[in-house]
Amino acid sequence: MRVFPIWKSTVTPRLRASAVRFLPVLFLALLAGCAGEFPQSTIDPRTDFADIIHSLYVSVFWWTMLILAVVWVALTVTLLRFRAKPGDGKPKQIRGHMGLEIGWTVGPALIVVAIAIPTIQAVFATQRPISEDAMVVDVTGHRFWWEFHYPEQGVTTANELWLPVDRAITLRLSSTDVIHSFWVPMLGGKRDLNPTVTVREGEEPKVNYLYFTPRETGLYMGQCAEFCGESHAFMAMRVNVVSDAEFDAWTAGWLESRGAAIPAAPAIEGGATEEAGQEAEEAGVTLQAAASMSAVDLDPLAVQGRDIFLNQATCGACHAVQGTAAQGRLAPDLTQFGLRTSLASGIMENTPENVAAWIIDPWRFKPGANMPGTQYAMDSRIVSGTPFAWPATGLDDEQVRAVAAYLLSLK
Amino acid sequence: MAQAVAASAHDAHDPHATNTGVSNFKLGFWVFLASECLFFGTLISTYMVYKGSALEGPYPAELFDIIKTTISTTVLLFSSLAMVLALHYVHEARKNLAILWLFAVIAMGGTFLVMEYFSYIKYIGYGLTIGSSTFGSSYFVLTGTHKAHVAVGMIWMAILAWRLHKGKIPPSKSDQVEVAGLYWHFVDIIWIVIFTLVYLIP
Amino acid sequence: MSTATIEQAHAGHGAHTEPTGLWSWITTVDHKRIAIMYFLAATFFFFVGGVEALLIRIQLWNPEQAIFSAELYNQLFTMHGTTMVFLVAMPMAVAFFNYVVPLQIGARDVAFPRLNALSFWIFLFGGIYINLGWFIGAAPHASWVGYATLTSTAYSPGLNTDFWFIGLSIIGIASIAGGVNFITTIVNMRAPGMKMMRMPLFTWMTFVTSFLLITAIPVIAVALIFLGFDRTFGTVFFDPSMGGDPVLWQHLFWIFGHPEVYILILPSFGVISDIIPTFSKKPLFGYPIVVYAGILIGFIGWGVWSHHMFTTGLGPIADSFFVAATMIIAIPTGVKIFNWIATMWGGTIRFTTAMLFCIGLLAVFTVGGLSGIMHAAAPITLQQHDSYFVVAHFHYVIVGGAMMGLWAGLYYWFPKVTGRLLNETLGKWHFWTTMVGFNLTFFPMHFSGLYGMPRRIYTYSADLNVDLFNQLATIGAFIFGISALIMVWNLWHSARKGDTAGANPWEAATLEWSIPSPPHHYNFPELPVIRSREPLWNDGEREEVLAVTMLEPETEPVMPVPSYWPILLALSITVAWGLVMTGIWWVIVLGILPVFFCTLMWAFEPAFPEGH
Repeated sequence: MRVFPIWKSTVTPRLRASAVRFLPVLFLALLAGCAGEFPQSTIDPRTDFADIIHSLYVSVFWWTMLILAVVWVALTVTLLRFRAKPGDGKPKQIRGHMGLEIGWTVGPALIVVAIAIPTIQAVFATQRPISEDAMVVDVTGHRFWWEFHYPEQGVTTANELWLPVDRAITLRLSSTDVIHSFWVPMLGGKRDLNPTVTVREGEEPKVNYLYFTPRETGLYMGQCAEFCGESHAFMAMRVNVVSDAEFDAWTAGWLESRGAAIPAAPAIEGGATEEAGQEAEEAGVTLQAAASMSAVDLDPLAVQGRDIFLNQATCGACHAVQGTAAQGRLAPDLTQFGLRTSLASGIMENTPENVAAWIIDPWRFKPGANMPGTQYAMDSRIVSGTPFAWPATGLDDEQVRAVAAYLLSLK
Repeated sequence: MAQAVAASAHDAHDPHATNTGVSNFKLGFWVFLASECLFFGTLISTYMVYKGSALEGPYPAELFDIIKTTISTTVLLFSSLAMVLALHYVHEARKNLAILWLFAVIAMGGTFLVMEYFSYIKYIGYGLTIGSSTFGSSYFVLTGTHKAHVAVGMIWMAILAWRLHKGKIPPSKSDQVEVAGLYWHFVDIIWIVIFTLVYLIP
Repeated sequence: MSTATIEQAHAGHGAHTEPTGLWSWITTVDHKRIAIMYFLAATFFFFVGGVEALLIRIQLWNPEQAIFSAELYNQLFTMHGTTMVFLVAMPMAVAFFNYVVPLQIGARDVAFPRLNALSFWIFLFGGIYINLGWFIGAAPHASWVGYATLTSTAYSPGLNTDFWFIGLSIIGIASIAGGVNFITTIVNMRAPGMKMMRMPLFTWMTFVTSFLLITAIPVIAVALIFLGFDRTFGTVFFDPSMGGDPVLWQHLFWIFGHPEVYILILPSFGVISDIIPTFSKKPLFGYPIVVYAGILIGFIGWGVWSHHMFTTGLGPIADSFFVAATMIIAIPTGVKIFNWIATMWGGTIRFTTAMLFCIGLLAVFTVGGLSGIMHAAAPITLQQHDSYFVVAHFHYVIVGGAMMGLWAGLYYWFPKVTGRLLNETLGKWHFWTTMVGFNLTFFPMHFSGLYGMPRRIYTYSADLNVDLFNQLATIGAFIFGISALIMVWNLWHSARKGDTAGANPWEAATLEWSIPSPPHHYNFPELPVIRSREPLWNDGEREEVLAVTMLEPETEPVMPVPSYWPILLALSITVAWGLVMTGIWWVIVLGILPVFFCTLMWAFEPAFPEGH
């Protein structure tokens, strides 16, 4: 049987820094390396929520160690002292002792109370919003990727959640298919993403919540923690906690991308044509933005890739790239894809080789993914539970590299 | 030692004596009914959880004809009376009367089922099916399970009537009929609970 | 194998020769034979589940490995869990209920011998049924808890989940029937003078467990019906687009599931409560308290189910209630542990293999119980849930608790069953390789869980740095596998060549040791009168009892006749349920006809020979 390297491609050359925006990403990548030996540690809290859990854990841990010591010592002493020796007679046939029974009932009961009180306090403390000003992010689970929508900012992204440091965060959790669970251990405990139950008119569908305030910048690792099917193991995510300024720049960049109209037709040199302007207007964007965007210095391979992405493979049926005709909502939003450190929900580093490999053969990395490869189609006969269907993209290696270049150019 | 043997309630000559004085069959059946309580309890709880939150109609208020259902319920209740009478006559070794009353049980149970069958037809006509809403699913599975229990009971009574006819159930073996009676009364009581929670309480 | 040994053992006992041959086993209604069949079947499934575990551990040796496909892996862990819980731990406990309880209370068989046989055959056929999926590459794959909506036809379109829900429904019938049988037996068939508070603890725990069985299994039966109907007949119980709530499945499953884990552990608690006094030469310390603690655990165990659902968003009030109830259950459990230690204290302790397993249980179960306390603290479990920390916890309590107790029972009661002692040297090898292998497998999982490795994952990122813990666990798993082989070798070897055991090789106190090893098929020639909890330890009473129980009667007591209706009914039930998979209503109805037929034939067949 062939053994596939899943997360890492066998060849991972360093990304070349080419745009100003890339430096924070590099910085973060370095920081991630210093995030500690156990990047999904549950005992290395980095938020208020994780702190509450951790301090409760430490106290319960010591209580349990005490009980364990008592039991093991009692057991050991008993076994050593009363082991059978030659010449032993019949031991005294003691049947019970009410005092002892009371003692070892009341004692553990007191310990239980000592543990239960702070526990219940923590239950309430962790299930209320931290502040009214909390920033809300809607987290929607899919098989097998994460959708993040920021209602306040009007931004939608996928798989890498950007958050501003020292800001109270409220995550609203739900799923479109099966039960998933959002778990970034260093940011706190997990909460399930339940499939949204349709309710009657006028009623609010129920969602779940997580509340926390991240206090350290960094790139945090997490993954789905409720078995959701074939590629449950490959539904990871990263949380990028950044400064306020970087966060605002990131959201602004997303919105700016949307504001810019890249014509669906082949790229036009110089300013926007009237035609392009009309199209842009139809897309609800401004001419000015259209002009500025088309002047960006795009690598010819990326330009070719954009054309393939939008027109030939029509990836936009599922994926969205703000500022283009690609407005699909069935798959991860790929706007600013080049800023992501990972792809395919956190299972591979975001390199041209990996992006290309993914496009050619997504099931090699994520069996059951709702995405066709270059050589195979995807529909419900092949991927259980998918309501989608898409033919093989039929791209050759050259074209795939072009698309990868285009995607990585999105910043 | 002889005294010990004499005092034994379980010696080789009476293998059927029990600690409680109740036969194994009867006691075991009570225990089985306890498990049935949990079984129906789960079905009923699910119905209550989903009650009133169906997304689309028809809704209970539009569908249920309380009068008709009260009539069918009364018929079922009277069938329990018939069961008591049947058992009484088995004890008295008057097998023809016992058979008659068993037939009454079957007839009344059958009437209940027929009436309920027509209600089902009516509901389906209104658009309530097993898959049309959570109300539909939980209603039909709950009441359908109950009706299956009634049907099994009717078959059981028919077999008892036949065995009575063949003279195979003297008063000393009346336990069989008594246990069948327990089952029938249980099915009845479950219906009273269902009737109250599903039909009477809005 | 066992048949031949029993043959030889009986040869010295005179008159009646027990029938031998396959047909006599197929039609047996003798609780002792049924027990042996349960034990053998459960051991077979133990190896099936064990191979599944080893394959899992091989796949998890290195990060980012792909020895086989993710889909196969998902089937393996689903079947490992389902097999170990339903086809190993439960039936093995039932094997002990079957063999030991009638002997401990002075009964000749259980209340419903044919029903007893039915339970066994249904379990066996149900177990085979649920494994049939392997042969078509469609073994169940949605985990042993089968959460909605993953189990819906939308996300699990193949036959995998159909095998699962149908197989489990079939097996459930066996458990309910068994529960009815044992409650009736224990309430109604005790020897004169055997008051409830004089019964051995193992019988008491069988009693409590039987109540849990008859009340918890109906709940999962309904849940499986809902799931089956959703899949086959289009109901919408768990369909969120129609207002159905997938979380309802979790509630129903865990309302069954939590009593289920007490069903798994209480029998073992009962076993060690009988063994520890024997090898300490002291009566059980605090007998009434240990009984009440067991009853309390069974009772409170009904009120804690949502501690499996702390991450589903029940809200702080519901969460707090379940936190409190779960922590309260720790108290009677702790009380029992202290009582067991107090039994040994002041005694004279013999370290037979049976006793070693009891001590191992005390040491190891405590660890599992304490990680359970951590999980009970809901905020902590928000980190630990669905991670390897939980996997460590439940293996510590199920393997270190339930299984070790049953292995203690094996070494203890094997001489009664076969008339021979299990080899003590092999036994000690079995014990120590179990302790080493088991702890090496599951202790590191506390760490991989704490460091963020979720469970039910096909592989894991190298970045997590949990490679070492996984490798230790894999090595441990193979050592644990070796311990199972040693056990089987010991069983095989000792059944043929073990040292002869008399009626009471351990000088134990309870009634099962008052009759020959192995017992006559009728157990007791006449029923003794009981005057205390330890009939064989009390001077005077011991002699009176033995005078009655070791008799060779002139005419043997009449026993129930063998019957082939249990196996036929079990087969027809399995087929009838299996036909549900077709979804064609008239096929299903046709399938029910043999069930009716077999039931009727059984009902008309007399249980005893003519005239009794």
